[in-house]
Amino acid sequence: MGKITNEELLRRLDEKFGGTVVQTGADFGLLTVETSVDAIIDVLSFLKNDEALNFIFLTDITAIHYPESEKPIGVIYHLHSLTTNTRIRVKVFMPLENVHIPTATTLWDGANWMERETYDFFGVIFDGHPDLRRILNVDDMTVFPMRREYPLEDPNRVDKKDYFFGR
Amino acid sequence: MQNHPVYTDTDPQSEYSTLNLGPTHPATHGVFQNVLQLDGERIVSGVSTIGYIHRAFEKIAEHRPFYQITPLTDRLNYCSSPINNMGWHMTVEKLLNITTPKRVDYMRIIIMELARIADHIICNGVLGVDTGAFTGFLYMMEYREEIYEIYEEICGSRLTTNIGRIGGFERNFNQIAFDKVRNFVKKFPPVLKEFEALFNRNRIFVDRTRGVAPVSAETALSYSWSGPLLRAAGVDYDVRAMEPYSSYEEFDFEVPVGDNGDVYSRFLVRNEEMWQSLRLIEQALNKIEKEPSDIFHADVPEFYLPPKEEVYNNMEALIYHFKIVMGEVDTPRAEVYHAVEATNGELGFYLVNDGGRSPYRLHFRRPSFINYQMYAPMSRGMLLSDAIINMSSLNIIAGELDA
Repeated sequence: MGKITNEELLRRLDEKFGGTVVQTGADFGLLTVETSVDAIIDVLSFLKNDEALNFIFLTDITAIHYPESEKPIGVIYHLHSLTTNTRIRVKVFMPLENVHIPTATTLWDGANWMERETYDFFGVIFDGHPDLRRILNVDDMTVFPMRREYPLEDPNRVDKKDYFFGR
Repeated sequence: MQNHPVYTDTDPQSEYSTLNLGPTHPATHGVFQNVLQLDGERIVSGVSTIGYIHRAFEKIAEHRPFYQITPLTDRLNYCSSPINNMGWHMTVEKLLNITTPKRVDYMRIIIMELARIADHIICNGVLGVDTGAFTGFLYMMEYREEIYEIYEEICGSRLTTNIGRIGGFERNFNQIAFDKVRNFVKKFPPVLKEFEALFNRNRIFVDRTRGVAPVSAETALSYSWSGPLLRAAGVDYDVRAMEPYSSYEEFDFEVPVGDNGDVYSRFLVRNEEMWQSLRLIEQALNKIEKEPSDIFHADVPEFYLPPKEEVYNNMEALIYHFKIVMGEVDTPRAEVYHAVEATNGELGFYLVNDGGRSPYRLHFRRPSFINYQMYAPMSRGMLLSDAIINMSSLNIIAGELDA
């Protein structure tokens, strides 16, 4: 089976979900769609279980933080359809005060640690996750270190200021 | 937070003991902790604790220019750093729309396949050690050393290589390097053959590994396994064949698959991959001869640091040198996902760029991290000694696990 074209993929998603799944980009040919927290599991399970699409391989789950945005925390899923060799990226954005999203462990066992890692670094709470604990950081850490407000270095350091480098 | 398995069984007949396997257990080859609940020698349940060498690479990467992220990728899977380096370079090249010359692609393939052999030598050798056969490990180790000498000839370092630059290589391969590669390709096959003769039909080894920790294709896919582990379970997914990068599509090689995903089939798959890597290196050596011998990087002055002599004597080179070092070059706003077939599976780089000199967000899809999560669930009901060889054959590298 050949690669599914982005247009075909979008058409199928549109047919099924109407306006809730929108394309936000297709950088380097990889279709990126955005959807809502309520629809995410339906979208993922449609992509996984539809016989023509067959996105059975969960490549990755991660998150991103845009502090300026209205919905700053985004969870990003990469799926891969091995039979058609097509990839898709699905994004969900949510506001800081409500970072709850249903878990994908119901669809893939492998989502378990990926979601734990996402929780550990961005504080996204995956509802229904069997064991949502920190995974790489120490258990008693109080912050979510990959959010943009946590600096890499001590902000009081002066020896690395831009003006020393003519910037 | 609970680190220990919660045990609710109140059967007075059963007395379970708790064993801390790791973090520094000699049989685990790295910093891995598993708290196991044992019934005699049988594992009742287990919990993996990871993160002992977490170094926050994703956070650090947000503060580094692209070319300074290469040394971070070295430290992911440090048994085959060149593959990580190349994967990162290719991700940035994809973002910047750089096409590399064919010769660079072939040079990269030589290095990547050598790295794959070096990694599989360790994994299969150590699997032999864990089943009680030290000979194969010691015998093969000499050839990993030869591979390290090739790295040394090319880039000057051995373990954390930092090979290559965005757009190509920092310098051309010299004649000694090519001689060493040719010598390796000639000397290694008889050794590998002997290694296979030592293990493949060895009664003790087969009894010890056949049928240990079998994994079905469905389970492997559900756990997002990739690489030799997934192929041992019978799924022929190889990034090199599915989404060829670095001109792999021009090469003739096979993707070996196993039948039931047990320790023995993983061993066989890795051995066969070494043969395929040798084939690839030979083909690359032949192809490279037809290319102009002085090309070793793409013509991208905005991203490829000029040689120092030119910086001192040539205006353009000086300008580009400063532009690169001070980060004055504009980069496209885009997001890239690029995957390479690392030795443990699909190593993916998800790069979100906002046009600056360093990534807005960089995420590594680390195969060891994703492969390892099945370890505790699959150990249930297994003998402790089987769990040890199962861990060896998963080939989990602590650096890649913890990033």
